[in-house]
Amino acid sequence: MTWLSITIAGILTYFTRMTMIVLVRRDLLGEKIKAVLAYVPSAVFPAIIFPAIFINDYGAYIEMNDPKIFGALVAIIVGYFSRNVIATIFSGLLSYWIIIFVFLS
Amino acid sequence: MLSKKQLFSRGMLDIAPHMLSVIPFGIICGAIGVDLGFNPYLVYAMSIIIFGGASQIVFLQLLSGGASSLVAVTSVGVINSRHLLYGAVLSEYLEKLSFIKKLLISYVVVDQGFAESNKFFKKNKTEQYLHYHLLGTGITMWVCWQIATLAGIILGSFVPEELGLKFAIPLTFIAIVVQDLKKLDHVIVMLVCGISSLLFFEAPFKSYILISPVIALFVAALLLRLKK
Repeated sequence: MTWLSITIAGILTYFTRMTMIVLVRRDLLGEKIKAVLAYVPSAVFPAIIFPAIFINDYGAYIEMNDPKIFGALVAIIVGYFSRNVIATIFSGLLSYWIIIFVFLS
Repeated sequence: MLSKKQLFSRGMLDIAPHMLSVIPFGIICGAIGVDLGFNPYLVYAMSIIIFGGASQIVFLQLLSGGASSLVAVTSVGVINSRHLLYGAVLSEYLEKLSFIKKLLISYVVVDQGFAESNKFFKKNKTEQYLHYHLLGTGITMWVCWQIATLAGIILGSFVPEELGLKFAIPLTFIAIVVQDLKKLDHVIVMLVCGISSLLFFEAPFKSYILISPVIALFVAALLLRLKK
């Protein structure tokens, strides 16, 4: 039963990936729609970022002094100026670890 | 004009930094699946059949929490529906590919790969073999995801939970969008999406991940009107 569900979930997921790539032709999308689609990264990724920072494992909002907020802010500043993915991820993790291991322990 | 091989390696290079978060996350995903008491083969098969990070964990957590298969499958479908938007954006660059090649390349379209390849495509529209960049990002992600989830399944959670490595996931996505903070319209769209995702977090089937981009794109369309 679980195997069947996984297979169906896999087929569904594949269809979400394939449908638009196969169906959409250049003339199908007008200039206006293309202009809106240019915002896709900005319109999708915050829906992954925000809950991962502001909502904890138990589905509750975190406190405003949570180390994750500090880590995210450091990552944003470092990322903005360094334009470097590794520096962004690492600075965020490091500042988060400093708070939880040095200040909160 | 870059060769196929050069484009493929460029894709690998562009996605490589994200492995800093993808690999720990994959290990965690594999370990959680086994911890929840699922058959290790089943947990691993998901990495091939579904190949979709968070949706794999959600699926297993829902099932182990007593949800019906229908709920679990629907949630995976809803969470992964964001790929429809990626496909719509990428279609412009993949137009010339044959039907079969389109079917094959679709399998490796993932968040970070889409983001990095899309950035590259925008700057190199005239390249002939652009899709090799997408193959480079996608296949790198696929290989690392397989190894990482497998490691998590076999070795268990050897990454200490106290390290909070799940936090690396939002950081990866911050790295992707951070340069767009220079543009006010993008900042507005990001805030609308982010705040909506918190407001609709409790919506059924994890649909916040679909609802918030739709709202944000609607706002983007309004902003485009205002700009004219």
